[in-house]
Amino acid sequence: MKVQLTKLAHARSGDKGDTANVGLIALQDEFYPILVREVTAERVKQHFKGICRGDVERFELPNIGALNFLLHESLGGGGTLSLMTDAQGKTFSTALLRMEIEITQQEALEFEFS
Amino acid sequence: MKEKIRIAAGQGFWGDLLDAPVRQVEGGPIDYLMLDYLAEVTMSIMQKQKSRDPNAGYAKDFVPLIRRILPTCVEKGIKVTANAGGVNVRGCADAVIQVARELGFAGKVRIGIVTGDDIMSRLDELLSRGIELRNMDTGEPLATVRDKIQSANAYLGAWPMVDALNQGAQIVITGRATDTGLTLAPMIHEFGWPEDDWNRLAAGTIAGHIIECGAQASGGNCQYEWRSIPNLADVGFPIVEASPDGTFVVTKHERTGGWIIIPAIKEQLVYEMGDPHEYITPDCVADFTTIRLEYEGRDRVRVYGVEGRPATEFLKVSISYSAGFKAVGTLVYSWPDAYDKAQLADRILRARLDRLGLKFDQVLTEFVGVNATHGPLAGPPRADIPEVQLRVGVRGQDRSAVERFTKEIAPLILTGPPAVTGFAGGRPKVEEIVAYWPALIPKEEIRPVVEVLDA
Repeated sequence: MKVQLTKLAHARSGDKGDTANVGLIALQDEFYPILVREVTAERVKQHFKGICRGDVERFELPNIGALNFLLHESLGGGGTLSLMTDAQGKTFSTALLRMEIEITQQEALEFEFS
Repeated sequence: MKEKIRIAAGQGFWGDLLDAPVRQVEGGPIDYLMLDYLAEVTMSIMQKQKSRDPNAGYAKDFVPLIRRILPTCVEKGIKVTANAGGVNVRGCADAVIQVARELGFAGKVRIGIVTGDDIMSRLDELLSRGIELRNMDTGEPLATVRDKIQSANAYLGAWPMVDALNQGAQIVITGRATDTGLTLAPMIHEFGWPEDDWNRLAAGTIAGHIIECGAQASGGNCQYEWRSIPNLADVGFPIVEASPDGTFVVTKHERTGGWIIIPAIKEQLVYEMGDPHEYITPDCVADFTTIRLEYEGRDRVRVYGVEGRPATEFLKVSISYSAGFKAVGTLVYSWPDAYDKAQLADRILRARLDRLGLKFDQVLTEFVGVNATHGPLAGPPRADIPEVQLRVGVRGQDRSAVERFTKEIAPLILTGPPAVTGFAGGRPKVEEIVAYWPALIPKEEIRPVVEVLDA
């Protein structure tokens, strides 16, 4: 079944030049493997279609149950060059949480998602 | 050696809550107050101020703050580390010394100053020796913007500040120093950590990363259970309680708002993160994948297990350069059909800009209420959306074209779609764009200078 990421994770995002970073953090430790399996760099690139014009990189932080994504060429030039309301990528965090991911029947039962 | 020192964050950026550092000093026991004033483009703003007034060019707020807190700092033995010096560290120190004397602390307070970060006057010499200062993001050599450069500073780390503290400085003022160094330096000074103790240097660096954005570690901008965060109106800024072994506890003063919880610390850990395996500073390379967190009581999170690696042979340089002009204009359209009206206004505006023959590097239209934060991810708006703000920005090299754009917004009120308002602020302002150019420089090119002066 499909579940929106906001049920499994919280996030914070920021900028480095024209690159937005999104740190995605599992709400419970048991959700982390699901994030690793479902929220791939490719899926995130696809999700941010029309927003992220460059590559997406993913890094794993199993110690804190988090994934870090770098979304290159996403901030209209970045910093003071950008004309965007969100030139610093602060709301990319919640934009990622809109993503719907697939969980198994067993996971749905185990974690009581309905 | 002290068994524990408490380092308190007082400012997350230049412009943060003015009373936060005062509350850190007065609200409970601390040993150090660290104040981060410098964002990436702050140096260029200060450079501009200094070119108009040779006594300016530093974080002006810092001086009245010192006036408010110095008596308490002296009484309690609290030391201050601050990168408030901007491009005029000496001017900042002079103003602080003046205040200290006025308060009766002449000869009783020592002020440490760290300089040597400013390489503006050395740029041509560096370029002529083949140090290209290529843009770390785009790979372009600095020569492409050489005539537009406004400031150039190397990021200094913790060690020059340690030097100043070792010489008895109560207040250490730096120019372009890393925000993490402001927290790490007191630990090195108090605990005598050696220069190659990479794990502990990395731990102190991560402590700095956690508190350098102020309340963003203690409940501010916290997504996790945000409705439940207690009393943000009275938010307590974070404090690091550091131990000689490199472990530390993140906490805050009692009877303050906000919270210190693991999910909020995790949010701050991933903030502005690149590759978590290598968080590079002048002092070490910290590995964020080694961090362990556990609760040690209410509003207390213990951080341990941190591993680090040797520092690199380079320092980061922040260069600012003039990159043209921009302006942003807004108007608000109301129900019914608010989005349709705003879209029509945008088409009309663009047609007029075209007819005027104005050339821009970029024209960006956003509809606040529809797509300004999440773009196409937000989907189409509800048909009965109560209002939409049209927000159009332009950017270009020609100031007069941007200026002309700012005069095309207000006329839309009487010459465009109906039910429009929101122009009380007058014409948009033309802003000069000062852009950021990150580069690397070999460490041996930079010689930090440390002086300790008596007030």
